[in-house]
Amino acid sequence: MSNVNLTINGQKVSVPAGITIQEAAEQIGAFIPTFCFDKDLTAPGACRICVVEVAGMRNLPASCVTAVAEGMVVQTESPVVVEARKMILELLVANHPLDCMTCEKGGNCRLQDYAYRYGVTGGAFVGEKHEYLPDSTNPYVYRDLNKCILCGKCVATCNAVSERGVINFAFRGFNTRIATFMDADLKDSECVYCNRCVAVCPVGALVDKNMMGKGRIWDLEQKQVTCTFCESGCNFNVNYRDGKVVGVTAANAAAGRPLCLKGRLGINFMQNPDCIEKPLLKKDGEFVAVTWEEALGIAPILEKLKVINK
Amino acid sequence: MTNSIGEVKECDYLFVIGSNTTETHPIIAVEMKKAVRNGATLVVVDPRKTELAELANFHVPLKPGANIPLLNTMCNVIIEEKLYNQEFVANRTEGFEELKAAVKNFTPESYAGIIGVPADTIREIARGFAKAKSAAIFYTMGITQHTTGTHNVMACANLSMLTGQIGKPSSGVNPLRGQNNVQGACDVGGLPNVFPGYQAVADKANSEKFSKAWGVKQSEKIGLTVGEMMDAAHHGDLKALYILGENPMLSDPDITHVEHALSKLDFLVVQDLFLTETAMLADVVLPGASFAEKDGTFSNTERRVQLVRKAVEPVAGKADWEVIAEILTRMGYPHEYATASDIFDEVSKVTPQYSGMSFARLEQGSLQWPCPTPDHAGTKYLHQGKFSRGLGKFIAVDFKAPAELPDAEYPFVLNTGRRLYHYHTGTMTRRTKGLSGIYGEESIEINPADACKLSISEGDLLKVSSRRGSINVKANVTDRVPAGMVFTSFHFAETAVNFLTNSARDPIAKIPELKVCAVKVEKAS
Repeated sequence: MSNVNLTINGQKVSVPAGITIQEAAEQIGAFIPTFCFDKDLTAPGACRICVVEVAGMRNLPASCVTAVAEGMVVQTESPVVVEARKMILELLVANHPLDCMTCEKGGNCRLQDYAYRYGVTGGAFVGEKHEYLPDSTNPYVYRDLNKCILCGKCVATCNAVSERGVINFAFRGFNTRIATFMDADLKDSECVYCNRCVAVCPVGALVDKNMMGKGRIWDLEQKQVTCTFCESGCNFNVNYRDGKVVGVTAANAAAGRPLCLKGRLGINFMQNPDCIEKPLLKKDGEFVAVTWEEALGIAPILEKLKVINK
Repeated sequence: MTNSIGEVKECDYLFVIGSNTTETHPIIAVEMKKAVRNGATLVVVDPRKTELAELANFHVPLKPGANIPLLNTMCNVIIEEKLYNQEFVANRTEGFEELKAAVKNFTPESYAGIIGVPADTIREIARGFAKAKSAAIFYTMGITQHTTGTHNVMACANLSMLTGQIGKPSSGVNPLRGQNNVQGACDVGGLPNVFPGYQAVADKANSEKFSKAWGVKQSEKIGLTVGEMMDAAHHGDLKALYILGENPMLSDPDITHVEHALSKLDFLVVQDLFLTETAMLADVVLPGASFAEKDGTFSNTERRVQLVRKAVEPVAGKADWEVIAEILTRMGYPHEYATASDIFDEVSKVTPQYSGMSFARLEQGSLQWPCPTPDHAGTKYLHQGKFSRGLGKFIAVDFKAPAELPDAEYPFVLNTGRRLYHYHTGTMTRRTKGLSGIYGEESIEINPADACKLSISEGDLLKVSSRRGSINVKANVTDRVPAGMVFTSFHFAETAVNFLTNSARDPIAKIPELKVCAVKVEKAS
């Protein structure tokens, strides 16, 4: 495909025609914040946090859904852009519990990151706040809709990636929220806890219940492993803190072959108290823990296997 | 799989037979659903009304074991109506006349009764399969776990070759392997009749090759399959067993027989993560390492070889390969490997499909075999232009009923399978608290019509018995199963359904008939 030439933040760039401003900016490392955009999901262009200034355009277009054009002059963080982003953040924060100090997503939350970047403290608007009861009825997903910013990524991943279609937008205006069929708790819905929604949630509305209280992003180290539960062999990250496994997260939230519930959720067998940690030898009908040397070196194993070999 | 998982969503005609894909292979099911959303036709052949069957354009609720009648009638229609791919049949296959003769009497009208859909529907399905731009067969244990398992697979291959729906993107025969590395275990020779890379042990040239490669004289005698080992142990011909990461006391048919067999052994070593039902019978139990504790490779259902990286040190201090190598060494066959990578180098040396692979390459990303040279990119789908044996051979197969069918005393067919939330014998998933919260207890599915006749209500405790044993399990009254059939999984030790199942085996592959046996159902008093 042919290339188009444009200017981003004063820098001339040449990129393939048809890509978005956001993708073009990414190529030169220019920062653009996003909430509702995910490269593996259909971009709804809904949250507007990714707006940029394009010379000659009447409005600030959402960069995740605006294609590049020849000769475009783009500013990704000009004063008007910053002002628009601040307004969006102020409106979101006005109805958001500011409990960042205890929030599981602290340090890994886009709302927090962007509020920090643009100096949004939550003082601009004071109004009604949601007081939903968090849904903690199931063993896997802790769902606190008070923190939801309605970006819609959980809905998109549930519908498009995992093809479940368990959740969607419900109600209108201020009361809009993400709901299951008949607005039931997750445990009473068709949800199978694949946790893909948790993987894409940009804020603290959806949290992996297994990892709650076990540390925040800066406490954890990650190592990639391959899941053993089925034939797909997806990759995931084992999170551990001080050498102890505290949970798994998807290596790729939505791309490629995503993880299912077995892989993501079935790891409690690790570091299970029933785990055999030492070789066991049956002596008088009872298992006795022995050293490897004793187990492997015992004459009976070798002798018997040798005899049988003949 | 002859195709890749990534090709599923582009498939135009999905023929899923004997596979409850959404529960047993959820990731592949996601791809199937994408294909359906893209406008593909989905045919699901399963006696049960599974989630995938509900989404299907055609659900064929055949009688258990009636796979060959369906596949043969489809071939019959395709040949009768001249819908077969004449060019493909002429250039790439042999044995067409034998097939033609074999399926001649398999008219849709004569078999519609046991296939479970009208003759015209069978015709429509056959036409759709033949005419589709790309058509793929997906099967799992519903095809293989029968006394005619091998013939069932051959019948699938016949259909694909007849229509030329193989050897091209999104078209082929796709057995969905059940475990992350079962493909790999077979690839490296974890079978009684082949060396690594499916090289027959009975072939003198192969045994000489491997005798040289390993420095130990190799036998040309074909070994025993799991079921045969149990029989041999039972008869006292097999003296010792070393079982790694397998739990036959739950997963194998006729558990009573398995228990007798294992307790007759002089010596039993079990290596596992946990004290499984099988480990309890062992003389020595060696700790296994979980996936997060070891380095190596997994080869999945689409022949993709992926590197596994250790995230934590082995809890018991030794990786599985170290234990095996030490036992070998102590038995007088010194095996000194420094790392898993050394072992893989040996694998690639003796396995033609893997010969272009190394840890260094796999570090860069996974590869699909065959990958014959270090600069080969791997193979997305098999049999392009040529089959492994040259020409594809049609093999005429006839219908044979399952080994044990319902009768007056045992009037129900027992079908067994898996549940979404659990894995195999539950050794790992049953120890996962959350999964127990969601699915902590097993039940047996029974059709409302049967439940009504026997005055059974939801949740009643039932006694289900076969000629080999009986178990007590709660009733789940649902029309997911047809009348005359009951269904449950083998994940739960409390309701170990394999006490009931029949160990009758397919004469070729020796796979047991876990999908069909006769049982009686009564309320437990």
